[in-house]
Amino acid sequence: MALTLASRRRSRRLAADAGLLVVAAAFVLPLLWVLLASIDPHPDLRVKAPDGFTWGNFHAIMNQEVTFTPLLNSLILCGGATLLTVVCAALAAYPLSRFRSRLNRPFLLTILFATSLPITAIMVPVYALFVQVNLIDTMQGTILFFAASQLPFAIWLMKNFMDGVPKELEEAAWTDGASSMQSLIRIVLPLMGPGVAVVTVFSFVVMWGNFFVPFMLLITADQMPASVSINEFFGNRGMVAYGQLAAFSIVYSTPVILLYVLIARRLGGGFALGGAVKG
Amino acid sequence: MTAATPHAGTGPETAKLPPGPPAPQPPHPPRKPVARSLTRALPVTPAVVLLLLFLAGPIAYCAYIAFTDLQLTGQAHSSFVGLANFRKAFHDDEFINAVWLTLVFTVVSSLLGQNTLGLALAMLMQRASKPVRTITGGIVITAWVLPEVVAGFLLYAFFRREGTLNAILDWLHLPSQNWLFTLPILAVSFANVWRGTAFSMLVYSAALNEIPKEITEAAEVDGAGGWRRMWHITLPMIRRSIGTNLMLNTLQTLSVFGLIWVMTRGGPGNKSQTLPLFMYEQAFQNSMIGYGTAVALLLLVVGSLFSLVYMRLLRTEV
Repeated sequence: MALTLASRRRSRRLAADAGLLVVAAAFVLPLLWVLLASIDPHPDLRVKAPDGFTWGNFHAIMNQEVTFTPLLNSLILCGGATLLTVVCAALAAYPLSRFRSRLNRPFLLTILFATSLPITAIMVPVYALFVQVNLIDTMQGTILFFAASQLPFAIWLMKNFMDGVPKELEEAAWTDGASSMQSLIRIVLPLMGPGVAVVTVFSFVVMWGNFFVPFMLLITADQMPASVSINEFFGNRGMVAYGQLAAFSIVYSTPVILLYVLIARRLGGGFALGGAVKG
Repeated sequence: MTAATPHAGTGPETAKLPPGPPAPQPPHPPRKPVARSLTRALPVTPAVVLLLLFLAGPIAYCAYIAFTDLQLTGQAHSSFVGLANFRKAFHDDEFINAVWLTLVFTVVSSLLGQNTLGLALAMLMQRASKPVRTITGGIVITAWVLPEVVAGFLLYAFFRREGTLNAILDWLHLPSQNWLFTLPILAVSFANVWRGTAFSMLVYSAALNEIPKEITEAAEVDGAGGWRRMWHITLPMIRRSIGTNLMLNTLQTLSVFGLIWVMTRGGPGNKSQTLPLFMYEQAFQNSMIGYGTAVALLLLVVGSLFSLVYMRLLRTEV
């Protein structure tokens, strides 16, 4: 009996492995293509062994106009908005986590509700509003909107992490006369370093990949972040240089992949985000 | 990983509305309660201001201009037109078309695709050997972390006439075709599956890991076959995760814009024009901001309903 159970388990494992590998093979094709095309001197749209090896595609895009300016714009937009999001979220999470109030629950419910709203749907009114208040085509306007759209989830996440920090240490600080601001900055935030890191990286990664917001709110070409400027490869430059497009995709995607690996490692595997928020 | 992910954290079986933490001693000797609450609430102000100005404001503005005939240019002032925009929408064949395509896109890519494939992957991962699990997980998650536009571009290449999919079909001696032209809505749906499955996979893996091993093992010793175990034990035990995941997937899929924009621009014609793309076209290509916003408001209302259901699901979990 035990033996048959064991052998059944083994054959089941083989079947599961085979099933997973089939899915993995299907999923990996587009990724393989971008890797191979970026180093291929004569790439087309199919996955194929490169005709040779060249850094030419990377070389061709590594200039101010195509790569550096858009990436810098992305960095300013997403970095600024992430900073704003994290600071506001940490400040807001503190009283929500530490003090009991009748308003906490309605506020948190509203926040939770807002995390699920389709931001895409409000972009047309945001555009119209930004035109009226002269925020259209400005970095600061886009940063403010980015931060606001990311805030509900950041507050939610931050509060959950903050609830995990025991209050005893703070109470000691309070008796010594520390203000709540001091205890937030000196005691709570340092203790929840990984939590703050997750909120920061997460906000940044989401904004880095966001296309629709800058696409709607920015107009001037030299303000565009990489998520929008990548479309230039298709449009105005005539024939699409697939190798360069692939190379640009890799350069543009690498930071967020690295950041993701960083937080996934830090919190123990890919399931970290799921586990991080246990109330 | 754009909006696909904001909810990764609300771990399905465990996320709950906190019952309000026990109140510690106040940092200062007791003052008047009102003054004290105000001081305590002070740090919330920046977040509230930002949310009111840039989130609540646009939503309110959306609800207002949806009832006007605001246009993009050359209009002194817009006027209130009541329900005209909505009446127009329900008689607009292109709008009806967009609603249908959005339904197809949501059902195929979110309900059938991401959700089912994510569950299947999570279940297989429970049994598979570690290296295979790591490799597959890594690949699927990479597809999810990539910026939306890059994902769109990779799948554009994959589905093009001269792309990888047709190369494989040729190799298998199966008929190839120009997928982005003949079946654009399916192509973008599959693209969304490629991009979004990781989220479901992570949610379900977390849920499956919380099922006690003894339960499934006991059923196995009792001779319950794989399918019966899944149907009578596994699925009922993770039903809340299924609900949460479906809800979040749907909300996410409803607002996909960049992926479709990059792959097809909503075309050819309007054969892959889902509601967000329709809204964009009306507002900007056709300069009818009022009409576009009315469509946006409908999308927002549908999204809000899903969001409320999602909150209910979380609440019943406590």
